[in-house]
Amino acid sequence: MHELSIAQSIYETVLREMEIRELAEVSTVGVRVGALSGVMADALQFSFEAIVIDSPLAGCKFTIEEIPVHGSCQSCGKAFVVKDFLFCCPICQSGQIEVTQGYELEIAYLEVRGKGEG
Amino acid sequence: MKGGVMAEKIDLGKKVLSENDRLAGEIREKLSAHRIAALNFVSSPGSGKTSLLERTLAALKDELRIGLIAGDVQTENDANRLIKAGGRMVRPLVTGGSCHLDARMVSRVLPEMDIEQLDLLIIENVGNLVCPSSYDLGEDMKVVLISTTEGDDKPLKYPGMFRRSSIMVINKIDLLGTSDFDMAQVKANALSINANLKIFELSCRTGEGLDAWLDWLKQLVGEKRGE
Repeated sequence: MHELSIAQSIYETVLREMEIRELAEVSTVGVRVGALSGVMADALQFSFEAIVIDSPLAGCKFTIEEIPVHGSCQSCGKAFVVKDFLFCCPICQSGQIEVTQGYELEIAYLEVRGKGEG
Repeated sequence: MKGGVMAEKIDLGKKVLSENDRLAGEIREKLSAHRIAALNFVSSPGSGKTSLLERTLAALKDELRIGLIAGDVQTENDANRLIKAGGRMVRPLVTGGSCHLDARMVSRVLPEMDIEQLDLLIIENVGNLVCPSSYDLGEDMKVVLISTTEGDDKPLKYPGMFRRSSIMVINKIDLLGTSDFDMAQVKANALSINANLKIFELSCRTGEGLDAWLDWLKQLVGEKRGE
C-alpha cells in the first residue's frame, strides 16, 4: 500500500508546477497508470482525494487513465496487447516480448480554468 | 463562452517517481564506477531472503567482500542475523512503517559503507511483492524469492515483480511433497510472465542446490569486475 506516498508525490509535483507556471487553480489532474506499474488505480484515487481535502487542490478532479500492457515480439516483430500478463506472441508463440507500454506512472496533464472573459 | 470558463489542458508527461529514478541512477553510476555488482532481493515475508543471505555470507565471506543493506519495517533483527553470519559490512535500514525501500533511503545509507572495499552489494528489500516493484534502487538486477510453502500461482498474482526480476530463487525445496506446491507449474507460471528469468532451486535449510547459486554469484561479480 504505497499509493498514499505516490499520491503525495503527485500532489507536491502539481503544487510545484502551479507555482512555476503561475496557475491560480487546477481543476483536473490527469495521470497515467500502467498495469505493470505496481500501483492500484482505486487506491491511488482514494489517496489523492484524501490528501487534497483542505488543501490548495481541494475540489480538484483526479482522472486516471489505466494503460494495458503492450508488447512487441522480439522474434517476429508483432505488436500486441498483452492480456492477463501472458507474455507470449499470438503469431509465433515466442516468449521474448519487449514491453512497450505498461510501466507508466506519470502525471499526464493538468487542466486549468482559462481566463475566458479576457 | 458560457460564463467565460474554458478549460485549458497543459501537457505535463512527468514521471511520478522521477526523483527516485534520478537518485537510483546516481547510485547505479557510483556502484558501477567501483565495479560493484548490486542485487535487490525481493519476496513475500517469510520466503527466506535473510536465510539465503546468511548461507551466502557463510559460504563466500572469505572469497567475496559482500555489503548488505537489510531493509525491515521494524527491528534490526535481520541485520543482526547477518552480522552473526559473518557479514562485515551490514547496515540495517528500518523503514518505520513503509512497505518498500526507495532510492532515497538507500542513498542515505550508502555513504556509511566503505564501498571501495566491496565486490557485491545486496539490498534486502521489505517483504512485499507489490510496492517494491515500483522503486528502482540502482541495482543491476532484482532477485525474487519464492518458497515451496507458498502458492505456485504467485508469479501470476504478482506479475509486475516477476516481470521486473532477472532471477527467481525457489527456496525450501526440502519441503517439496508436503504441500500442493507444483515445481513444474511455478516455473511455467513464472516463465509465462518473464521468459528470461534464470531459476535456482535450493534449500537454505539443507544446503541442497546452494552451490549453483553461489557459483552464479561469483560469476556475476567476476563479470562486473571485467574479468
